[in-house]
Amino acid sequence: MSDEHGSGVPVNLSPGGRPLGQRDPHASPVQRVQVDLSAPQFQVAAKNPKRTERTTLVFFLLALAGFAGFGAAYTQNASNFLLGLSMALGLLMFGFGVASWGMFLMPRGPFEEPRALMQTTPEEKRLFLGDFESRGKVAIERRGFLAKAMGAAAAVLGIVTAFPLIRSLGPLPKKSLYRTKWRKGSYVTDINNRRVKVDDIDVGSMVTVFPQDDVGGAISQTVLLHPQTTDIVTMTGRETWAPQGFIAFSKVCTHAGCPVGLYEQATEQLLCPCHQSLFDIYSGAEPVFGPAPRPLPQLPLYIDSRGYIRAQTGYDEPVGPGFWERGGTT
Amino acid sequence: MIDRLFNWMDDRLAISRGGRHLLNKIFPDHWSFMLGEIALYSFIVLLLTGIFLTLYFVPSEATTIYHGSYRPLDGAHVSEAFASTVNLSFAVRGGLLVRQMHHWAANIFVGSIVVHMLRVFFTGAFRRPREVNWIIGANLLILAIFNGFLGYSLPDDLVSGTGIRIAFSILESVPFVGSYLAFFLFGGLYPGNGAIIPRFFIIHVLILPLIILGLLGAHLGLLVRHKHTQFKQPGAREDNVVGTPLWPSFMTKTLGFFFLTTGVTALLGALVQINPIWQYGQYYPWKVSYAVQPDWYMGWLDGALRIMPSWEIHLPGHMIPNAFFPGVLLPGVTFTVIMLWPFLEAKLTGEHVREHHLLDRPRDRPVRTATGAAVFAFYFVLFGASATDVLANYLSITLNTVLWTFRIAAIVVPIIVWPIAYRICKELQRTPNAGKRKVHNIVVRDANGGYRTIPAEEYPGYVGAELEPLDVEKIEVLTAAGKVTEPGVYEIPRDYR
Ligand code: FES
Repeated sequence: MSDEHGSGVPVNLSPGGRPLGQRDPHASPVQRVQVDLSAPQFQVAAKNPKRTERTTLVFFLLALAGFAGFGAAYTQNASNFLLGLSMALGLLMFGFGVASWGMFLMPRGPFEEPRALMQTTPEEKRLFLGDFESRGKVAIERRGFLAKAMGAAAAVLGIVTAFPLIRSLGPLPKKSLYRTKWRKGSYVTDINNRRVKVDDIDVGSMVTVFPQDDVGGAISQTVLLHPQTTDIVTMTGRETWAPQGFIAFSKVCTHAGCPVGLYEQATEQLLCPCHQSLFDIYSGAEPVFGPAPRPLPQLPLYIDSRGYIRAQTGYDEPVGPGFWERGGTT
Repeated sequence: MIDRLFNWMDDRLAISRGGRHLLNKIFPDHWSFMLGEIALYSFIVLLLTGIFLTLYFVPSEATTIYHGSYRPLDGAHVSEAFASTVNLSFAVRGGLLVRQMHHWAANIFVGSIVVHMLRVFFTGAFRRPREVNWIIGANLLILAIFNGFLGYSLPDDLVSGTGIRIAFSILESVPFVGSYLAFFLFGGLYPGNGAIIPRFFIIHVLILPLIILGLLGAHLGLLVRHKHTQFKQPGAREDNVVGTPLWPSFMTKTLGFFFLTTGVTALLGALVQINPIWQYGQYYPWKVSYAVQPDWYMGWLDGALRIMPSWEIHLPGHMIPNAFFPGVLLPGVTFTVIMLWPFLEAKLTGEHVREHHLLDRPRDRPVRTATGAAVFAFYFVLFGASATDVLANYLSITLNTVLWTFRIAAIVVPIIVWPIAYRICKELQRTPNAGKRKVHNIVVRDANGGYRTIPAEEYPGYVGAELEPLDVEKIEVLTAAGKVTEPGVYEIPRDYR
């Protein structure tokens, strides 16, 4: 072959290291050097080593007792208290023993080691970058199109694998954040699957209700209140929404989604226990205190001929906390 | 025998080459260097106890009827996750202990990371060349908090379930991609289709621990590469490390600390009940418990959610929900600033040209110390604000008063803390030996029969406190003022310190 293609002799890029010729025939023999430990720094730290030894010994014996105690407690199926206490005693005493050995019965020091500047020398940088760049150049120069093609292929790989990795994790939100299961005519149903009738609800009480086909639903959950026996008009346009004083609001807090679970009868307010937002029932669950930014949506109700409480329609806005696509309705 | 074993290994692994450096690695003796060790060891406790728990925990939301040794719940409809957590607490010997140790270790883990981080911050250990390690550490804190949250969410109990609901809402509040993020993590609209617990489980026991382990390796690797920082003390210079060698002293000491950390965790697990989910009951989306307090390290976020005014931003066709500000923006800004701090400080002081291996005493950096104290005070107020309802109840004042107190305090307290901390630093600077270790004195009798004391050697070769060298700029000020005219030892006038 011509010189152009090299002679087949490899170039050594990293000279140095222990040459093979120096190999010891079988195994390098173990040679010991007795290090001089006569300096005062090598003396133990304890002032009275004998006493420290005794204390340490006591620690280890107590540790042994603790561990054995744990074993006994375990076989006796003892209480968590005894199991934990014996284990803790063992571990703590063991820890104290080992630590006191290390702190007091070992060379008192001080010792030092030198520290070099982290910053590399220009020479080190030059050699590293020389290897990296000059060889890298050979690889890339005039082959930019290869790099581009490779990059394109890798990019497609990245994109197509992102789909199964991320896209398959869940469905797209689509319209699900805007809708609950409440529909025109939905029966107001309690958690025991009983459709709620007017006589079931005493004045001043609160029930958590759902549409009949979503009992227990996290998003559809609604509070049904009965503060009085005459119609409640929370605002214009909602004249018929709370017949005979039956009034319903979404139970999902508009702040961070907790169930607005507490009804304060004295003030006619709903309290969210998570961050203490208060909603005023008579003004249409307008937030009057705390971080909740919007009123709880009100569910329009009607009472059918047999006395069942039902929904006139679903909620007229998304329930619960806000999200980017929700739009600027107040 | 041991010789042969050593030889065999050494000839194959080249332990002697480089191993000696490791044996001789020096660890400075200062109690504050132990904080990071506590974090490391509580993580090991977490791994060990966690493995035990995975053997019994069933990560499933499928409903089952509980028939176990805990009588009050007999016959209750609960999820597999909840039932198996109750079972491993009552029916598995030692299960409750391990579970409580695991939970306590998580609290200690996050706590010790925070305190370790404060130590690193106030002593300036994050400066060049350790900025990268500071960033790794900040990420470890984020991961620790996340994994703690995921962990205590797993039992599917009423308290943690509420937390998951809030987490969904916070995810949902992210502009542009929020609803997609939430849907993809939860496998659909809240409460998902039974995907939450299995997913949280695998993230909690596999994905995040792996990342934490990797970062921890990098954190410790860099620590070996950079070598330790150390406080200014006799013999300690920028170009050395003074202290205890790894073998055998430090190794023994630190092994002892590992067992002490584990022992304290076991003691807490035995004596202090934590997260008794059987008292809270199974989570149902429409139920809510009254005192909803998360684990302590989530407190600042919970407090922020509580005291945030009820603002939202409405844009044409879009909105930025209220929960975004305390739930996403606040932690985002917090951790960004934390990670950028080394660079900000270097820019302000112009000190990036130099490597720093000697630590500052907090008083010597009044601006940094005051800033750190003020920022910490802010988060402390937020933390306190997570107990607004408890405080209102306990002190019998209205929630309104408590809420407004905290809203105002969140702004005012840091503003007050800054100058106070700054002042304290300045005062301490003027008292040169305040806080320094006292040295024993030996009383000697001199030739004339008089008595006098000489400071004892703290250890052989100890020559007593050295005069701390002054910054060059101060020397220049002093020479310019004519206070220093020739080489020698000077008493520095008060106003120049
Ligand atoms: S979730 Fe209701 S106040 Fe925050």
